[in-house]
Amino acid sequence: MSQTALILLWIACGALTFAIRYSFIALEGHYQPPSWFIRWLPFVPIAALTAITVPELLLVAGQFDVGTSNPRFWVGLVAIAVAARWKNTLLTIASGFVAFWILNWLL
Amino acid sequence: MTPASAFLLGVRALLPMLLGVIPFGIIYGVVALASGIPPLAAVLMSSLVFAGSAQFLLAQLVGAGAPVLLAVGAVGLINLRHALYSASVAPVLHALPRRWKLLLAYLLTDEAYAAAIPHLLREPRSPFAHWILFGAGFALWAGWQLATLAGVLIGAQLPADLGLDFALPLTFIAIVVPLIDSRPRLIAALTAGATAVLLVAMPYKTGLFVAVLAGLVAGAFMQRRGSR
Repeated sequence: MSQTALILLWIACGALTFAIRYSFIALEGHYQPPSWFIRWLPFVPIAALTAITVPELLLVAGQFDVGTSNPRFWVGLVAIAVAARWKNTLLTIASGFVAFWILNWLL
Repeated sequence: MTPASAFLLGVRALLPMLLGVIPFGIIYGVVALASGIPPLAAVLMSSLVFAGSAQFLLAQLVGAGAPVLLAVGAVGLINLRHALYSASVAPVLHALPRRWKLLLAYLLTDEAYAAAIPHLLREPRSPFAHWILFGAGFALWAGWQLATLAGVLIGAQLPADLGLDFALPLTFIAIVVPLIDSRPRLIAALTAGATAVLLVAMPYKTGLFVAVLAGLVAGAFMQRRGSR
């Protein structure tokens, strides 16, 4: 694709993304979402971010792998434990990187 | 609270996220160039689309020669979660002029939402609550633009074993784990994660969408059962 075609594609994707983000902000006061939707609301970020993250931890090149050849799985466990114990963003991300470097050095 | 103090509160709440977002932005730059996207287009995507995991996916789909409509559809699917952030912040922004709503909708990302929402829930009636979201959104936007620019310019020279490509999962772990404070929420996460792994072979990330829906249904079902 030419650079112009790519930028037009970005604009289309950006417009769609913006429309999604603006949707309920624009509709507020004009439309009441159904009650099942309200009930689903708190689960959305949890379900979406977990669905993006878990395959990154458990799969290597599309294959299930939780052995010593997959440091991401063990680093993920460390980060999850740190996040559960201290609920601190900086500490969680930093502990993940440090665990990754240590494992890389050991394995 | 003044507009300036609310803005700074949002910036400060977002800053820890940058430890994960900046490495991920650098990796995005590397992946975009490796997918055959010219440097200028790679940099422009960060302001025109402005959505980390969707930009990553879009770069890979373009590199794989996916049809244009499919690429747009995939970005829509992966960003659909933002509709629920939109619904969540809508009551706080209700009385604002339209220019504020447009600006804050553009800046509404996982990280900005996660950083700002605890403060918004604590100060829902503050006349400057929207400045908190603006501060968090702006800090993420600025960090993302600089990080992706750095990735395009110097990313290819960085050593591969820094683990920078692991930055997004680490950031999402830091956001999600503290949210899981009840059994229905745990069930939602486990169901979504397990489904995503099982359906990973489905074309163009469609399995991801099914996994999110499965997680929602499981979580809402467990909550209904628990409340009876």
